[in-house]
Amino acid sequence: MSGERVAFYLLAGLTLLGAIATVTRRNPLVAAVWLVTTFLGLAGLFALLQAHFLALIQVLVYAGAIMVLFVFVIMVLGRAEDEPLGFFTAPVSKLLGVGAVGVSTWLLCKALGSLPATEVKQGDFGTVRAAGNLLLGPYLFPFEAVSLLLLAAVLGAVALTRTRK
Amino acid sequence: MIPTADFLVLGAVLFGIGALGVLVRRNVLVVLMSVELMLNAANLTLLAFSRERGDAAGQGLAFLVIAVAAAEAAVGLAIVVAVFRTRRIVNLDEARLLRDP
Repeated sequence: MSGERVAFYLLAGLTLLGAIATVTRRNPLVAAVWLVTTFLGLAGLFALLQAHFLALIQVLVYAGAIMVLFVFVIMVLGRAEDEPLGFFTAPVSKLLGVGAVGVSTWLLCKALGSLPATEVKQGDFGTVRAAGNLLLGPYLFPFEAVSLLLLAAVLGAVALTRTRK
Repeated sequence: MIPTADFLVLGAVLFGIGALGVLVRRNVLVVLMSVELMLNAANLTLLAFSRERGDAAGQGLAFLVIAVAAAEAAVGLAIVVAVFRTRRIVNLDEARLLRDP
């Protein structure tokens, strides 16, 4: 087993463990910390996929900024106590939904897992230089549009949470 | 070299876990976290195909997805705070103003 393979299984295990814990922990704060674990594992997987720039962005934006926002809101709401999980006492609709998700995920895994293994091309894409050339070259318009979207989102968030005198 | 299919299966399982969280959990914050989980699963799939094809466009798209997810988290959490301020609701089942008059 090559080192890359070992790294993949370790990171995949960490990611799945964090994801399952995020969904099952009853305290939202604990769930948030497990979500950070998931994001860090995903950053490692991105690096394995030759997306070094995105791995960095994942740590900075997701594990950093977005999770700080989540933890901040959990603190502001001040209700860290648990909720009823209601998995087995749930009404039929919820169990049906869970069954549908399980079946569709299983089918998706079966279909994707049987994909033929093709020769993976070795490119220099994924480095900061390549990502910069891509985003400020052919992707310039979406890049600027997204910056406008972020500005609108910030203004919207302020407008939503502003307290009126 | 790890085959693309492994990454795709991992992405599918992650997406399933996120969808499960949205369906089962009722705390609005945990539901938002599950949505982030699903977005990340989609990103993993995008990057896997990007490597498979040797085409960096998938990485550009994943970058945009991260930016949009950040905007979504900001506005979504602002709505959560606003709803909590006016109605003291964190449980999604209690937010039924538009359903029951």
